[in-house]
Amino acid sequence: MYVAVKGGEAAIAATHDLLAHVRRGNPDVAELEVAQLREQMKLAIARVMNEGSLFDEELAALALKQSQGDAVEAAFLMRAYRTTLPRFGSSLPIDTTLMAIQRRISAAFKDLPGGQVLGPTYDYTHRLFDFSLMSDAEPPVVPQASAGLDSHMPRVPDILGDEGLIEVEAPPAGDPAPTDITRDPAQFPAARDMRLQMLSRGDEGFLLGLAYSVQRGFGGNHPFAGEIRMGEVPVSFCPEELGFEIDLGDILVTECQMINQFVGSSEVPPQFTRGYGFSFGHSERKAMSMAIVDRALKARDFGEAASYPAQQEEFVLYHCDTIEASGFVEHLKLPHYVDFQGELELLRKIRKEQEERRLAVTKEAEGALS
Amino acid sequence: MNRVNENRDRAGWMAVLARATHSEIVAAVEKIDMPAIDIVKPAEVGTIMLEGRAGGSGQRFNAGEATMTRCVVRVGECLGFSYALGRDKKKAVLCAALDGLLQNPMRRNEIFEHVIAPIAAAYAKRQEEASRRAAATKVDFFTMVRGDG
Repeated sequence: MYVAVKGGEAAIAATHDLLAHVRRGNPDVAELEVAQLREQMKLAIARVMNEGSLFDEELAALALKQSQGDAVEAAFLMRAYRTTLPRFGSSLPIDTTLMAIQRRISAAFKDLPGGQVLGPTYDYTHRLFDFSLMSDAEPPVVPQASAGLDSHMPRVPDILGDEGLIEVEAPPAGDPAPTDITRDPAQFPAARDMRLQMLSRGDEGFLLGLAYSVQRGFGGNHPFAGEIRMGEVPVSFCPEELGFEIDLGDILVTECQMINQFVGSSEVPPQFTRGYGFSFGHSERKAMSMAIVDRALKARDFGEAASYPAQQEEFVLYHCDTIEASGFVEHLKLPHYVDFQGELELLRKIRKEQEERRLAVTKEAEGALS
Repeated sequence: MNRVNENRDRAGWMAVLARATHSEIVAAVEKIDMPAIDIVKPAEVGTIMLEGRAGGSGQRFNAGEATMTRCVVRVGECLGFSYALGRDKKKAVLCAALDGLLQNPMRRNEIFEHVIAPIAAAYAKRQEEASRRAAATKVDFFTMVRGDG
């Protein structure tokens, strides 16, 4: 248990100054601008926005600068800032069929209506250093096709859905407003909306590890990447004062539709089942991991024994939050003097009593012998 | 013009203004005669909860928030509103003023021609170029037939 401590103001003030000094690094090297981070560290910014649960590229860039690139500390800054702002309402549900596609691939279907679009990906790079980035090399001329992509690309599961071979994702009756774990604490068993919200905010590394465990057989649902798409989607809102819907702008998002094998049960015929991943920015690893874990957490819905960690929702959802996890682990650094003193005294007392008992027994034995 | 068409037109120009960059709005306002405005509700930064749907088509869920800014001004007889993602308060005030001016039938055509149309065209051009760059990475993979051995 942590007991509050007092004092240390001068040392704490000095550590703030030292932190600023260390953060700046060698003053002979030009200082980073927030705009440079925003434009050139987009994937790090996506992670900070996802785990900070707040879309704002400039703030995420500032958070990365302030935290010396520590993604978890940066996400913490985003969460803290969010709590200072009023909430104006909820958007209309984002429609990913309206996405201005920058990348869209399927590992399940080769010939997709609209085509496979690689976009900006590291997938087909050789993972060799490009030392030209250490000098001021001119950026390459980017090729442009003679025509743009189709403005409307169907989502892959919707294509397969026409044959009835895949689990249908339809809104429940009345299309209710979702639960919000930032307003109401998590409750178990968790409904799908709560699970997806918590996974959206979840730590990429933790979800990646869980998704990997599923693939290796700890909850085996062999997943196919049905579709991964990345691009800008419009955000629409209906302000009460206006009474009609307006667009607030566009945000860059990644969506992953995982398709999984399912043998069927007495109630459900054999079909493909689905896992869903959705994340801010270009963040495929996060969206894919989320989709695999989302499917694993549907174990109950399909009558599967939830025997593995990735299928156990309390384990997954309570432990996937970056901020809560790092807060609890790292609070161990704060002074626990009173607590430790108590433990120390208890231990001394136990040992003293043990020693006294031993002496008493020895004395008794000596008495019996004499 | 009936109310439905009026709202549709207004949502159209508000969408253009919301997507415009800061410098586009500042430059556009310099090109027109902007009357005095009264601030009704000062530009305010807040958040909007972004909803998604499971599988893209199913149950609604909260995907996380985004920052947004809103502002209300009075321009002559009209109340102008602005709502946009981000935290740009100056842009919010100017966009609200433009929304007010656009509601005035005497000014609408002029503002449309000098502000809305060029900003919309620049946006469409950026989108088209991004789409063409993506289209250059369209791929056709060949599936290799496995041998019997």
